[in-house]
Amino acid sequence: MINVGILTGFGINADLELGQAFEMAGAIPQFLPLTSLIEDARALAGVQVLAFPGGFSFGDHLGSGRVFGQMVKSRLKDEVDALIARGGLVLGICNGFQTLVKMGLLPNIEGNWTPTVSLITNDHGLFQDKWVKVRYNDKSVSPWLRGLQEADLPIRHGEGRFVTLNEQVRKDLKERQLIALTYENENPNGSQDNIAGITDPTGRVFGLMPHPEAFTSRFLHPLWRRRREVGPLGLKVFENAVDYLK
Amino acid sequence: MRVEICYARPQLDGRGAKLLKNIQASGQIPTLKAVETLDVILLDQTCGLTEAALVGVFADPVVQQGRCDGTGPSVSPLPAWTLAIEVSFKAGVTDPVAITAREALGFRLQKPWLEEAVVQTAVLYLFDLSTEATPDEIAQLTARLHNPLIQQAIVLKRSEWAQGRRFPELYPVVKITSEGRAETVPLTGLDETALLKLSKDRLLALTKEEMRALQGYYLDPKVQKARREAGLSVEPTDVELEMLAQTWSEHCKHKIFQAEIAYHDKVTGEATQITSLYSTFIKQTTRDLTPERPWLRSVFHDNSGVVEFDDSTLVCFKVETHNSPSALDPFGGAITGIVGVNRDILGTGKGAKPIFNTNFLCFGDPRTPAEQIPSGLLPPKKVLEGVHRGIIEGGNHSGIPTVAGGFLFDESYLGKPLVFCGTGGVLPAKVQGEDSTVKHIEPGDLAVMLGGRVGKDGIHGATFSSLALDEASPTSAVQIGDPITQRKMSDFLLEARDLGLYKGITDNGAGGLSSSFGEMAEASNGIRLDLDLCPLKYAGLAPWEILVSESQERMSLAVAPDKIEAFLKLAHQRDVEGAVVGQFTASGFVEAYYHKTLVAKIALEFLHGGLPRMQLRAVWEPPVRHETPLGNPANLKELLLKVLADPVVASKESLVRQYDHEVQARSVVKPFCGEKADGPTDGAVLRMYPWSPKGLTVTHGVCPRYGDTDTYAMAMNAVDEAFRAHISVGGDPERASVLDNFCWPDPVESAQTPDGPYKLAQLVRACRGLRDACLAYGLPLISGKDSMKNDAVMNGKKVSIRPTLLVSLMGAIPDISRACTTDFLEAGDLILLLGETRPELAGSIVEKVLGRQLPGTPTVRPRRALAYYKTLAQALRRGLIRSSHDLSDGGLAVALAESMIGGRCGAQVTLDEIPGYFWHQASDAELLFSESPSRFLLSVAPGHWEEVQKLFSGAPLSVIGVVTSSPRLVVESRGKRLVEAELDELLTAWNALATLV
Repeated sequence: MINVGILTGFGINADLELGQAFEMAGAIPQFLPLTSLIEDARALAGVQVLAFPGGFSFGDHLGSGRVFGQMVKSRLKDEVDALIARGGLVLGICNGFQTLVKMGLLPNIEGNWTPTVSLITNDHGLFQDKWVKVRYNDKSVSPWLRGLQEADLPIRHGEGRFVTLNEQVRKDLKERQLIALTYENENPNGSQDNIAGITDPTGRVFGLMPHPEAFTSRFLHPLWRRRREVGPLGLKVFENAVDYLK
Repeated sequence: MRVEICYARPQLDGRGAKLLKNIQASGQIPTLKAVETLDVILLDQTCGLTEAALVGVFADPVVQQGRCDGTGPSVSPLPAWTLAIEVSFKAGVTDPVAITAREALGFRLQKPWLEEAVVQTAVLYLFDLSTEATPDEIAQLTARLHNPLIQQAIVLKRSEWAQGRRFPELYPVVKITSEGRAETVPLTGLDETALLKLSKDRLLALTKEEMRALQGYYLDPKVQKARREAGLSVEPTDVELEMLAQTWSEHCKHKIFQAEIAYHDKVTGEATQITSLYSTFIKQTTRDLTPERPWLRSVFHDNSGVVEFDDSTLVCFKVETHNSPSALDPFGGAITGIVGVNRDILGTGKGAKPIFNTNFLCFGDPRTPAEQIPSGLLPPKKVLEGVHRGIIEGGNHSGIPTVAGGFLFDESYLGKPLVFCGTGGVLPAKVQGEDSTVKHIEPGDLAVMLGGRVGKDGIHGATFSSLALDEASPTSAVQIGDPITQRKMSDFLLEARDLGLYKGITDNGAGGLSSSFGEMAEASNGIRLDLDLCPLKYAGLAPWEILVSESQERMSLAVAPDKIEAFLKLAHQRDVEGAVVGQFTASGFVEAYYHKTLVAKIALEFLHGGLPRMQLRAVWEPPVRHETPLGNPANLKELLLKVLADPVVASKESLVRQYDHEVQARSVVKPFCGEKADGPTDGAVLRMYPWSPKGLTVTHGVCPRYGDTDTYAMAMNAVDEAFRAHISVGGDPERASVLDNFCWPDPVESAQTPDGPYKLAQLVRACRGLRDACLAYGLPLISGKDSMKNDAVMNGKKVSIRPTLLVSLMGAIPDISRACTTDFLEAGDLILLLGETRPELAGSIVEKVLGRQLPGTPTVRPRRALAYYKTLAQALRRGLIRSSHDLSDGGLAVALAESMIGGRCGAQVTLDEIPGYFWHQASDAELLFSESPSRFLLSVAPGHWEEVQKLFSGAPLSVIGVVTSSPRLVVESRGKRLVEAELDELLTAWNALATLV
């Protein structure tokens, strides 16, 4: 069976539905309070997937995901590196994506967790909850994205504007196919190159602003009463992970 | 030391961009060219981190830079700044960012954190104006950027900067070193005048009868003897006095709802004696309905009402108001309201998990010109902005979706906004094999305070909200909730619940520890508190302040002695502070000690039962109105556009999109529906479990303007509105329960309130309307709240709210895949009107828009309506209905426009066959805009019409038109075209509010 560790605590709040999504995909979710892992990280040895859910860790104070990221990086870096090295997967959604980016685990092109991209306050300055169309990168090597092309997903964030440190990083992301998905038709937050999610060079670490875990049933789509087909469920992302690890 | 953090490149500062956009939209400062914001962290005694280390902790290395040398503004991306304003919290006000900064630093230091370290935060705004800012412009900017009640703003011009002036290295800190102690307050010898003076001076908010009752207790020879034996003074201590005042406050004891009322109806001659509105109309209603509603689990006596969802799951619901604090500090008031009602859910039964928020917000019209706002009151637009921000942060940061609610605008809310904060929760039917609604607290159990520390914030909240707002309102009554601290506590509590680590739990809200432990003590019949054991934010609080402080994010618990170690260990591990502050006893007394000295001892019986019942007079006389029938205004399209653009009706999407309504992945019917997800929905539908078709509905009803003629009709309408919305989204008519929240102007007759008897009669009639509608529809009342002093007196001018009853409904929907929305689905579908239309426009939106009084109070006939509500529920369950929209403000005309907006299509409608007995008496305009209750605008596929017709046989239902693909509304009557409006015109009108707020 596939064991999924889901980090909780300090204001993370989309953990339960993330657990449900993995469960529906056939994995076994295990909720891991960061406070417990800091005392004893052994639980990480038993998981094949480590997931960083959405929420407001530390209230987004001092920048979304930053304080949570600092805690993970300074206490659990070796364990996370070991997980990736043994073929495990890492996922960050929304605040989880912000955390992965701020601690440098994404895009991690150099492999040393140096932050080179960031997610900052939306260009319009507002938190927004709406559904958007995204396009997945079919040239990505990431196991998370197999067979995915276009989908509707909800976004719910105030700090989702993707920016890179410099043009070189921007170029690297494109050329190495690390851009996992982009916003289609509209750019809801001013993200550079419409980027909604990226992976690391292995493709096993994946982060995105939209919430696939909030689209595990057609009845959660805003147009489910108007459309016979509502496109691929966000659930597919989790099924991909389970298929890959099986 | 000051650490200043800014973006390293231009155009990255979204916060600055939003501010610039808002200022430019207001047209206030035309010379403003650019804005940039910086975060400032001020540190003292944080034991020597280097500048590089500090910047590393606080700045994002990818996009930000930080400086510690005080030269920040000049190196920012806005070197041309001409004006700088720095905003920070006043000493003693909760600063959540500083809490996080403290944690981040502590973590970085990796050593025990120093108590004496000071961490403060501020936001520095840099403005580039093309000409030197005028004093007027500076005043406008500072007013926009801060609330002087809780924050300070320091202004620095570039010229001053050049002369060497700088922002402070540190802001003032609360430093109280003296140990507080209990004082004795002379009471037994006071005459009436002196008693009242004492009540006023100490903000006790007690009447002379109540002060007399207090005095009587202390004069009782038996009490005096016992006090002497215990080593206490005969006169009360300030601790006792404050505890009694909090417990006896209107806020906590609902004295008006418990009062003895002599009700006289001048029309019918009725003279009735009512003992407790609450017992007579609310409790009794639910009691009458209990036999037919076996799914009621725990009503009235817990922090929220609990009903069964299925065999293994219970759901609970509560709505609170937070009006007075929101009037003073809109942001802090609203956020505290939300996290406060969340705690009611956490404190229900053995502890429930919040799964949705729903907020109803009432403000003055945001368009009110400045000269019409009484001085001393915040402009309604500013109140709206602050409250809205509080709702966003309170809900979003807590991870609780804001699924429903609404906004209401009325000039009567200028004096006090109404901020209704509601939360629903879920709890397992059994916890550790025991019924989850049962709490059992026994003598010997330990009293534990959990969560935040105690400070001077929120002292006197309960008594203050029981008074009218005036210039002297205490600023200490304001608190700012911190959702993150509470989230940590709530995660911990649910974990501890499932491990069986505690036995009883309740929240710390109004009245602080005095209320929470005062109530819990009834279970064991006594408690001993050691006030010096309560963790404090800073030294120097008097014992009475510790007891009544309303510092946020706290729960009170009863923990068995053999579980306390495990409980506190887990709390510590989850970064939640908990402390044993006393022990439950069977002494019959609440006893409080401070450093081992007894400072309070009050008999529980007197504390909870000693309050004398108020004796009040209510006189009903119908108000005099000057009504003229609507007739047939020449341009109905123009009237429709005006109604759509009125803030009451207009789209609230720009506001509601900023709420997270989808976290927890439950939302099946969201706040908006339709092709472009901008059509309004009638209410929320939530799924409970991914594997189950069963779901919840959440709806509201509120219609204060109908109270202009009669609050009886108003209350019936509020119930009907909530219930018909529940039916409209697909809810089960047999499975819904409601909450009542009364917000009233002071109804107690006095020199300041000569019309008290009328306002009280309005209250009596509203209670009767509520009861009659609930009984007829089979809707048990499971919880409620009242707020009875919604007046503001400024410069001798009194602004009172319209009596307002909010009915909030939580119901069940058997199959979420049959949930319905308001948007027309397909061209060619038939448009149906269900329910009778009568010329009823008194209190309607058209009355408001036209500024003239119209006849006909909308009247609910619940027994007639219920029959076809049940049929509609059946039709929805069979999938026969394609769209359903309940008619409310603006009647048929508005419902048509809204269903079209959702469907991005048109409608061709005739008024020739509007159902109702009085069609021949109604003008076309009345048929279009009447607000007769219990009506639905439906659409059905033509192929289903016959089946629908058969199903509804005998019900007031007709086909009134057809959905068209051309995006145009066409309304005809007897061959004459009355309205022809393009969808785009309707949309433009309906989006009027987006440009306003």
